[in-house]
Amino acid sequence: MTDVAVLGAGMHPWGKWGRSFVEYGRVAARAALADAGLEWSGVQSVVGAGTVRGGYPGYVAGATFARALGWQGARVASVYAACASGAQAVAAARAQILAGQADAVLVVGADAAPKGFFAPAGGDRPDDPDWLRFRLLGATNPAYFGLYARRRMAVYGDTAEDFARVKVKNAAAGALNPLARYRKAVTAEEVAASPVVADPLRLLDVCATSDGGAALVLGSIEFARARGVADPVRIRAVSTVTPRYPRTVLDLPDIATDSACGAGAGADAGAASAAVPFRASIARAVYEEAGVGPEDLSLAEVYDLSTALELEWYEDIGLCGPGEGASLLGKGATALGGRLPVNASGGLASFGEAVPAQAIAQVCELTWQLRGAAGARQVPGARVGIAVNQGLFGHGSAVVAVR
Amino acid sequence: MERTRKPAVPGWFSEEGGFRLLGTRCPACAAVFFPREDAYCRNPHCAGGGAMEEVPLSRRGRVWSYTDGRYRPPAPYPSDPEEPWEPYTLLAVELEAEGMVVLGQAVPGVGPADLEVGMEVEVVGGVLAEDADTVWTTWRFRPVGGRA
Ligand SMILES: [Zn+2]
Repeated sequence: MTDVAVLGAGMHPWGKWGRSFVEYGRVAARAALADAGLEWSGVQSVVGAGTVRGGYPGYVAGATFARALGWQGARVASVYAACASGAQAVAAARAQILAGQADAVLVVGADAAPKGFFAPAGGDRPDDPDWLRFRLLGATNPAYFGLYARRRMAVYGDTAEDFARVKVKNAAAGALNPLARYRKAVTAEEVAASPVVADPLRLLDVCATSDGGAALVLGSIEFARARGVADPVRIRAVSTVTPRYPRTVLDLPDIATDSACGAGAGADAGAASAAVPFRASIARAVYEEAGVGPEDLSLAEVYDLSTALELEWYEDIGLCGPGEGASLLGKGATALGGRLPVNASGGLASFGEAVPAQAIAQVCELTWQLRGAAGARQVPGARVGIAVNQGLFGHGSAVVAVR
Repeated sequence: MERTRKPAVPGWFSEEGGFRLLGTRCPACAAVFFPREDAYCRNPHCAGGGAMEEVPLSRRGRVWSYTDGRYRPPAPYPSDPEEPWEPYTLLAVELEAEGMVVLGQAVPGVGPADLEVGMEVEVVGGVLAEDADTVWTTWRFRPVGGRA
């Protein structure tokens, strides 16, 4: 049995609050502890998901949050994996619980984002691919999203209207989520009237950068039972896989893909498995570990950095075949009330991205949905949920939670 | 004073005898790397052996995708905040022989409306930025046969 229980979930609302990420993380942590009915002194470990935007305290996020909550001697870890930091924090906490090192672990991620584009860390660093893509190409994150979107239009026949429909769907869900930054319905006309950021994507196709914080209290199943929680939401699997060589699909922050030349030299098995693109391999690993498949899902939280990217995720996590994402969306299958709601939380479209908090926030949403406590955006009878994400530099992130 | 031309990044391209992007090739498994990988081969199935060799990449490729930047990117992109922002066009170009996709800006004057996925383009030299004593050179992609 590799399940761990979600004892508590909590968030600081997303927005642009102008305060330190430490404050957001502390608020989220206290909310998660209160939800678990535990004192801060009742957890034996804290894992922080780091941020590169808070200076040194951001790199040592675990200790930063522990200090803000008041030193109580818990063991500490800090992890950083860009957008996948939250999933790595969950994975680290889970490993400690399954190893018997802790009954209850607090997981926290929070960020305070700049206005506008994310930029690389400062200084002259010509050995850093993230610095080079900005220096030589001005290739912002939305530039990559624009490339993927145009590619879909050319290969699958997706249209700007298909992309806008994702925003309309996610905004409708986000309007029902008090923790979301944007809580207003959006029309296709409003998307089409917003300025182009990176052709073919418009402002309302691309997710914003936000402040926010999210936290979970995870514990062993025995500990949950001893506290009278007989049927907790369980994290059944976590995937933090890396890509396989040769990685032939362009990804942030790279200036080029690997070369398919010479891939077969040595072992053919490696070349064959490389045929599964990275995002699909993230989902495959978590399904395998959980012993479930896409047909078992009640809902999915996917990383919609752009509207077009949400459609890619449908295909990558097996909700439909390659190129069928827009059609699945068009049928209403992925909207609230549909067969398999995607981003019932409102997604990044409604939250904006608070990098290290985002994967944790996805698990908060799964938790509330699986408890039947998601209010107006509740997916009826939710039993199995997946959350997927990808951190730049090759970080997979996926969680399957069940009830 | 005459300004000197310097590559914006050393060793990634050569302007002698026609502009070429420069990668490296592993002598053991023939894998090609761009940006250049000089110290080791990244193919996990390769036993390695022998120093990585510099190799010019294909002159031509096909457009895998394209986009543009309507807003000024943050530093370190060289751009004068006092000047009005001129959108640039970014291409992802598939090089058949190398089996890889390489990013690069289009030559000035080529916009998304001039491009199509699958269109043939060639790599040419260009200027990334100029300052008091230096012209910083880079690579650009241009539709074959001039502007579409
Ligand atoms: Zn090799």
